[in-house]
Amino acid sequence: MMAASGPAGEEPVIRIEGVAKSFGGVSAVANVSLDIARGEFFCLVGASGSGKTTLLRLIAGFETPDSGQILIDGVDMSDRPPYARPVNMMFQSYALFPHLTVADNVAFGLEEERRPRAEIRDRVAAALEIFDMGSFAARKPHQLSGGQRQRVALARALVKNPKILLLDEPLAALDKKLRERAQLELVALRERVGITFVMVTHDQEEAMSMASRIALMRDGALCQVGSPRELYDAPQSRFAADFFGVANLFGGRVTKAGAAVDCTEVWSTLAVAGDCAQGADVTVMVRPEQVALAKERPAGPNVLAGTLANVVFLGNAYVCYVALETGKTVQTRLSPADMARLGKLDAGDRVFVSWEPSAARVLTS
Amino acid sequence: MSMTAGAGRGLRRVILGTTTAWLIAFTLLPVLIVVAVSLSEPRLGAPPFTPLFEWGEGVWPIFNGTIASYFTVTSDSLYVAAFVSSLRIAASSAMITLVIAYPMAYAIARSSDRARFALLMLVILPFWTSFLIRTYAWTGLLNTNGLINNTLMNLGVISQPLTLLHTEFAVHLGIVYSYLPFMVLPIYAVLERMDWTLIEAAQDLGARPLKAFFRVTLPLSLPGVFAGWLLVFIPALGEFIIPDLLGGPDTLMLGRVLWTEFFNNRDWPLASALAVLLLVIVLLSALLLVKALRRREAVS
Repeated sequence: MMAASGPAGEEPVIRIEGVAKSFGGVSAVANVSLDIARGEFFCLVGASGSGKTTLLRLIAGFETPDSGQILIDGVDMSDRPPYARPVNMMFQSYALFPHLTVADNVAFGLEEERRPRAEIRDRVAAALEIFDMGSFAARKPHQLSGGQRQRVALARALVKNPKILLLDEPLAALDKKLRERAQLELVALRERVGITFVMVTHDQEEAMSMASRIALMRDGALCQVGSPRELYDAPQSRFAADFFGVANLFGGRVTKAGAAVDCTEVWSTLAVAGDCAQGADVTVMVRPEQVALAKERPAGPNVLAGTLANVVFLGNAYVCYVALETGKTVQTRLSPADMARLGKLDAGDRVFVSWEPSAARVLTS
Repeated sequence: MSMTAGAGRGLRRVILGTTTAWLIAFTLLPVLIVVAVSLSEPRLGAPPFTPLFEWGEGVWPIFNGTIASYFTVTSDSLYVAAFVSSLRIAASSAMITLVIAYPMAYAIARSSDRARFALLMLVILPFWTSFLIRTYAWTGLLNTNGLINNTLMNLGVISQPLTLLHTEFAVHLGIVYSYLPFMVLPIYAVLERMDWTLIEAAQDLGARPLKAFFRVTLPLSLPGVFAGWLLVFIPALGEFIIPDLLGGPDTLMLGRVLWTEFFNNRDWPLASALAVLLLVIVLLSALLLVKALRRREAVS
């Protein structure tokens, strides 16, 4: 059987087949099918209540699916409790045992495997060394900083050599500076250990910067699965377009198949290049960095007139908000060089926004 | 701002002062009186003991104290036996209480919010009736022609009534029954606050549920277990009503011996010496447990 949504070729390390789970009649995960390939850094992303954490807990075995099944390395996990699955989880709260030292926390899983004492000692020491925590072996979790706890939690999960590491919002408890460094470290760690990482996050930027593939979830279902690039450049829905990055969205009806969309929101017909059937209700999406700003009306299609409402300086770019006469606001993102070329601009100035037909995407849902 | 801070400090002083005065007047002073009585000698009359200090010829009062009572209490095998059997009965019944209370506390802590309230009420409810009456009610149940024996006889399980009342078994039963809530509540309080993702983490690392319980849940609930143990063991040690109503003539417990010395033999110094020794044992065991708890907290 070919993978429905994974890279072709090798057998996927995780295969989720038609899995559904509801709590007290409320559906948390609805008929999800997904393949995750060996060695991927896979991100489950979505708003809270989208079912991403439930899906992760289903893989870990903390929840049992109402229907469907989960296979790990081709083996059905339906009858396997959490303690018998070849996966380990890093919890959002880290869930370090407060009554045990750092070394005993890391040794816990190996002791459950009844490994020889000498082997446990060596593997614990090695795992702590990887995470630079060797000198903290005798400390208790409450004597560690947030970043140190996070590394102990990683060491504890990885020391068992799982096939898959599950990460539930692993960076949520860290402050912003530390989080950015930890993002890079996690990606490097995955390359180093070579196993599959499945991470849950609500932060789209985090998912984009870390994942090899992302599954965007909404209301318990998969909204779109793809590489960060695919999700950004080619979102398949209004929801996906809005979730990843900033998008200018114009609702309208196709008046010429694959070429023109009549948008009442902007009182004009937009030229597009993409798949769309005559008469279909669609959304036209343009990223702010694809939108040009001019003081004089430029030639070509897709030119909208408006007044400059606001300019926000971000350091490496300017974001300009242009209010159209219809009340709709269009965002454009310009480099400082482009901004300098435009000359002096003040709020209230009459300006024109425009974009190439090929820069716009037509979203059918 | 400084006004309210000043008022706050004043209020604190009043509260602290009242509390301290109360403790001195109604706890420390009575204990000191008991200690003083224990150091005097028995005599016929009122009060039935010799005064500790007497005015003689000199400027200073003469100290008349003696440790004769302590000598008797620690050398007479009757009193030593009473101490040993009190410790034994208190320890074993506290242990039984723990074994019964822990699963109860666990079940309550893991139940839904609504069920939890109802279950807690059921644990606390018996407290709203008199302790004496509840203990007395057991005599009716345990009698040779009481409810339990009659039921078993009618069912044909036994042909002769069992001797249940006035046995050490009945004393254990009474203590376990009466003090169960004191064990359930502190353990429940600890389990209720527990982070259950720790149990998930243990299972994720390969521990079966029972193993996860013994490696994570139990160690983390030990403060509650210690507190519950203290709340059951200490009152059980000096318990009077339960051994008096449910115990047999051979059930030797300090509470009863104390009573006999005070009211039957009118040997107040001896009874006081017993009371002081009991207090020392209680303080020592409490201190040991608190110390053990501190050490755990210092490392965890």
